[in-house]
Amino acid sequence: MWTLGPLGFSSPLLLIALIALPVLWLLLRAVPPTPIRRRFPGVALLLGLNDEQVEADKTPWWLLLLRALAIGAAIIAFAGPVLNPRQDKAGTGPLLILMDASWADARDWPRRIDRASALVDEAGRAGRTVAVVRLTDAPQPVAFQAANAWSGRMVGLAPQPFAPVDLAAWVAELPEGGFDSFWLSDGLDHPGQGSLLSALQGKGAVTVFNSPRPIIALRPAAFEDGAIKLQATRLPAADASEIEVLARGLDPSGVERELARAKIAFSAGANVGDVSLSLPPELRNRISRFEVAGVRSAGAVSLTDDSLKRRKIALIAGSDDLEGLQLLSPTHYLKQALEPVAELINGNLSDILLANPDVIVLADVARLSPDEETGILEWAEKGGLLLRFAGPRLAASDVSRDSEDPLMPVRLREGGRSVGGAMSWGEPRALAPFNPDSPFFGLTIPADVTVASQVLAQPDPDLASRTIAALADGTPLVTRRAIGQGQVVLVHVTANADWSTLPLSGLFVQMLERLAVSTRPAAPEASDLEGQIWTPEVQLNAYGVPSDAQNATGVDGVELAKGLPGPGMLPGLYAGDDRRVALNVIGAQTTLTAATWPAGVAVEGLDTVREQPLKGGFLAAGLGLLLIDILAALWLSGRLWLGRAGRVGVQGILLALAVGLAQQAHAQGTDAADKFAIEATSDVRLAYVMTDDAKLNKVAEAGLTGLGLQLFARTTVEPGPTMEVNIEADELAFFPFLYWPVTASQPIPSAKAYAKLNAYLRSGGMIMFDTRDAGIGAAGSSPEARRLQLIASPLDIPPLEPLPGDHVLTRTFYLLQDFPGRQTTGTVWVEAAPPDAAKEEGVPFRHLNDGVTPVVIASNDYASAWAVNDAAQPMFPVGRGYGGERQRETSYRFGINLIMYVLTGNYKSDQVHVPDLLERLGQ
Amino acid sequence: MTPDVTLRSQAQALGQALPPLLAEAEHLAANVVLGDHGRRRAGMGDEFWQYRPAHPGDSARMVDWRRSARSDQHFVREKEWQAAQSVTLWVDPSRSMRFQGDAARPQKGDRARLLALALAVLLLRGGERVGLSGDTVPPRSGRVQLDRLVISLSDEGTDTDYGRPDATGMVSHGRAVFLSDFLGDLAGVEDALARATDRGVRGALVQVLDPAEEDFPFDGRTIFESMGGTLRHETMRAGDLRGRYLARLAERKDRLTDLARKSGWHYHCHHTGTGAQSALLWLYRALERRA
Repeated sequence: MWTLGPLGFSSPLLLIALIALPVLWLLLRAVPPTPIRRRFPGVALLLGLNDEQVEADKTPWWLLLLRALAIGAAIIAFAGPVLNPRQDKAGTGPLLILMDASWADARDWPRRIDRASALVDEAGRAGRTVAVVRLTDAPQPVAFQAANAWSGRMVGLAPQPFAPVDLAAWVAELPEGGFDSFWLSDGLDHPGQGSLLSALQGKGAVTVFNSPRPIIALRPAAFEDGAIKLQATRLPAADASEIEVLARGLDPSGVERELARAKIAFSAGANVGDVSLSLPPELRNRISRFEVAGVRSAGAVSLTDDSLKRRKIALIAGSDDLEGLQLLSPTHYLKQALEPVAELINGNLSDILLANPDVIVLADVARLSPDEETGILEWAEKGGLLLRFAGPRLAASDVSRDSEDPLMPVRLREGGRSVGGAMSWGEPRALAPFNPDSPFFGLTIPADVTVASQVLAQPDPDLASRTIAALADGTPLVTRRAIGQGQVVLVHVTANADWSTLPLSGLFVQMLERLAVSTRPAAPEASDLEGQIWTPEVQLNAYGVPSDAQNATGVDGVELAKGLPGPGMLPGLYAGDDRRVALNVIGAQTTLTAATWPAGVAVEGLDTVREQPLKGGFLAAGLGLLLIDILAALWLSGRLWLGRAGRVGVQGILLALAVGLAQQAHAQGTDAADKFAIEATSDVRLAYVMTDDAKLNKVAEAGLTGLGLQLFARTTVEPGPTMEVNIEADELAFFPFLYWPVTASQPIPSAKAYAKLNAYLRSGGMIMFDTRDAGIGAAGSSPEARRLQLIASPLDIPPLEPLPGDHVLTRTFYLLQDFPGRQTTGTVWVEAAPPDAAKEEGVPFRHLNDGVTPVVIASNDYASAWAVNDAAQPMFPVGRGYGGERQRETSYRFGINLIMYVLTGNYKSDQVHVPDLLERLGQ
Repeated sequence: MTPDVTLRSQAQALGQALPPLLAEAEHLAANVVLGDHGRRRAGMGDEFWQYRPAHPGDSARMVDWRRSARSDQHFVREKEWQAAQSVTLWVDPSRSMRFQGDAARPQKGDRARLLALALAVLLLRGGERVGLSGDTVPPRSGRVQLDRLVISLSDEGTDTDYGRPDATGMVSHGRAVFLSDFLGDLAGVEDALARATDRGVRGALVQVLDPAEEDFPFDGRTIFESMGGTLRHETMRAGDLRGRYLARLAERKDRLTDLARKSGWHYHCHHTGTGAQSALLWLYRALERRA
C-alpha cells in the first residue's frame, strides 16, 4: 500500500492513467454534439438563413471539465483509495481476550464483539493462537486455539445479566507460559479484578479496552408515603442530565404497555438521582417493571414484586357508633392494622362494589339487601375475599341459622356463647395451635390472646374441613369456604376488643397478612425466604428483556435472600407458596464503582480510527458526473426541449434521484387515486357500479354511453366517457349518478363500502338499482330482487313508493307517463312523498318541493335499451318495428329526465310558482 | 375474400369514423347562434316578406289583387330575397398539414377539416350550396351533401409537401374558403386568387398554424426537414434563427393580408392551440359580409 497523507492506495500504478486526461481534453474538444433531426413545415421560411456564430460546434469548456472530472474520479476509484489505512500492530505469542460480558456490556455489545473479532482476525493473520474468555462464566481452564476456530464463535457470544462474581478465581485457570492479554472491560470494578490483572501482567503485555459511554442503573422501586420512590445511579458522575423511566405492565385487556413515565434528574457531579411517582392504586398494582427509556441493559430494568402491590380493602361496619368512642368502633383495630399497608375504601356497599376492591371486610354486619347480596356474590365468585367478623348483631340475628347463608362459611348456632365472663363458669379460652394445612400454620400464638365470647358453628359434617383456626376446646375461631374463585372467611369474634384480646395482639396483623388481606413488608427478610424453593417465573436477559422462565430450576431461599444474581440464579421474578419476590441486578444499596487500572496498563477506547475504503464513493461521484453530463449534453443540443411534459419529466427524474425509489412507488399509489379523481371530475361522468358479471358490465357501460350520446345531442348536459366504479376501492363522491345493475350472484359489499355508500346517499348522490327482471311475479320474488333486498338492507334508504304521476321525474325535460326500458312491465320506485303533500291551486301536481330521491329502484333493464355499440348503433332490439323504436325513444327520454333530475334537483317542481310569478310580473 | 365483402368492410370502417367527425362538427356548429341569418330584404324567394304600396312603373302582374281589394290602394306583395349562395371549400391536403407540434394538439389538417365541415353544416342549414373545389363534389344543398363532404374530406391527403389552392370548380359570383398553412410558394395562392377574382368569387383565406410554428421554440444543432423530406436546412444554433424566422413569418402574413385585401377577400390566422369556435365564428361572419 502506498500512502499519501491520510490516504492510501491499494493499486497506485493505476494513477498513471491520470496523465491521459489532457489528451482526452483535446479529443473531446474536437467533437461537436450530434445534430437532432426535426420535421418542421416552417423550414420553407428558414431556407437561406445562415448561422451567425460558427464556433458553437465546439464542446464548451465546462462540459469538458465535467467529463475530465468524471474520468479522473473513475481512475482514482480503481486505484483503490483507503482513508486512514490501518498499520498492523506487531505481536507474537498467544493472545488471551477477556470480556467482562456483564449486564453493563449489553448497551454496546455489538461493538465489543466487533472489536474482539477484529483482534481475533488480526491474530489469525499473524498466526497467533487465541483464547476468548467470558468472565461472567464459572471459572474454567483456558486453552489457546487457532484463531479461525474462534472467529466463527464470536458472533454467538452473549453478555450475561449479572456481574462477574469473583475474578480472583480465574487466576488459577490461566494457562502456563507467556501470553499477551486484551481485556474488554465493562467499566465497573468487580471483586478480584486487581489480583487477576496482576496475574495477567505477570504473563505478558496487557491492553485494556474501556468504553467511555456512561452506565445507568435503576434501583428497585420502593413504596414510601403513598408514592413510589425510584432511584437511579450512574457512572461517571458527569454533568447534569435527565433520564426517563417507564413503568410497564399489563393493561386491562392483557396487553403490555407503558403505564406511566417519570423523569429522573441527576445534578452535576451527583451519581444518584431519584423521583417519587404517585399513581392511582389501580395503575400501580398493574406495574410489572420499571425501565430506563432507551437503555438496553438488565441494570436499567427493575422488576417489581408483591411489595409494590397495594390491596384495596373496603371496610363496612354494622353500626355507626357514637362519636368519641373510637376504641369501641368495630373497625378501629382493622383500620389501625391495615392503613399502613393497604388502600382503604369507605362508602356504601353498592358504590364499593363498583370500585372492585380485593377484600371486603364486614364487621358485625348481619343482613344484606338482596341486591347487595347478589352483588357481593358475583364479586366473590370472580376472586374477591369476603372477611366477616362476628358481633352482637350477628349473634342476635338468624342469619345462616337453618340453612347455610351463601355469604357465610358455616351454619351458626343461636345466640353464641360467653365464657369467662362475670356470670359464667369457665375461664376465657386460649387458641389451639394451628393445623399444618391452615394458612396460619407457623405463626406463634402469644399466651395473652384469649377469647371471652364467640359465635358457635353448627356441627355440620364439613365443619372440620372449613375450620382454619380453633380454640383450645376445639370450637372454631376462623372458618373459611370457597365461593367460585373467591372465598368467604368468618372470624367468630368481633373485630374490636369486646369479645377477645386477639385484635390487640400482633397475631391479628399476621393473620390478616396470611389471609392476604394486608400487604407484605417491602423487603423480604432472609427468614421469610428460607426453607422454601423459589421457582423463577420471569427471567431477564442481559439486555433487560423479560421472558418466560419456562422450566428453569428453582432456587433455595437462602441463596435468594443474598440478592446477588449469578450463573445459577438469573435476575427475574421468583414465586414461592403465596408470594413472589423480584431479584434485580441492582440492589437497593448498589453503587457503581469505576474500574481503576494501574498506570502501566494501556487503556484504549472504542473510538479507534477505522479504515475506510473510498472506492465506492469515487465511483459514485464519477457516475453522478456522467449523468449530469448526459443532461448537459442534451440541453446543449436542444434535445432537452420536449415541451412542458418533457420538462416535467426531467424534473421527475431529478426528483426520483433525490428522494429514492421507495417514495416514488408511494407517489405512484396516490397518483392512481389522483388520476381517478381528475378523470371523474374533469367532466360530468355517468358511472355504473361494477358487478361480478363482465358481460353485464359491458352492457351497462354501453347503455350509459348511449344515454350520454342522447344527452349530448339533445341537452346542454355533455357527459364525458362512461366510468366504471368499484364501490370497494373507488371514491364515489365525484359522481352525481350511479347505475347499479343487480345480479343474483352479486357479492355483498364490505362494511367499509356500506359506510361509503351511505355517506354518498346522504350527501346527495343517487343510485339507480336495476333488477332487469321486468318486475315479474310479486314484488321481490325474482332472484335479483331478493339479492337487491339483501344488498340494500344496510343502506340508508327512505320509504319508497311507485313513481306517482305527478313526480318531478315525469317532467324534468320531457313530459312522460310511462317509463319503459327494454322491458315495459316493471314498476319504478322512488322515495315516498310526505303524507301531507298538498295539491297546489291551479297546477296538476302536488307541492313536493324538497327531497331528491336518493335511490330509484327499477326493473325494466334500461341499460339494454340505451346501449349502443362503437358505431353508435343500438346494441339490442327493443320491441318490434316502429312501436319498438318508440319504446326505445321513451326509455331514452326517461333516462334524460333522470339525469336532469339528478343534476337540477327539484328545479322543475318550483314551477308551481310560475302562475304567481307571472301575476307579479304583470303588476 | 370476395370484392363485395372487402368493399363492405371498408365502407363499414369508413362509416365508423364518420359519426365522431360529423358529430364534432355539428356540435361546433350548434353553438353558433344564427342571429342575422336570412337576407332580411326583399328579393327573389318563396317566403312572404311584406306588402308595399304600388309605385308607378310596377307592372299589373306584380299587384296583389287580393290584398288590394281590401282597401282603396294597390299593394305589391314582396318576397324575401333567398338567392342561395354557392360556397366552395378548399382544404389543403398536403403533408405539411399533418404537422403536430405537441401530442395534446390536433394536426393542422384535422383542425382545417373540422372548420370546413362545421362551416358546411352551418351553411347547409342556412340553405346555401356547399361544395369542394375541383370536380369531385360540386356545390349542392341539402343534408345528403354533408355526407358527401365528409367522405371526400376524410380522404387520404396528397404526397406533395406544400399545397397549392385549387381554383377549379368555383361557381361564378359565389364564395370560396381556402384553409391551409400557406407556408409553401405564394405564387399558387396569387394565381388562385386571380382566377377567383376573374370569376367574381370572393371569400376567405384561413391560415391554420401550429403554435410551434408561431413560436419556433427550438435550440441547439438541428437539421430541419419538411414533412415530405424534400426540403432540409441545417443549423448549429437553432435559437439564433428564431428572430429571423419570426420576421419572415410576419412578412408572409402581411403578404397574405395584402393579397386578400386587394382581391376583396378576408384573411384570418388560426392556431391549433386555441379552440375552433372563434375561427368558425369569424369564418361565418366573413362569408356573411358583403365584400
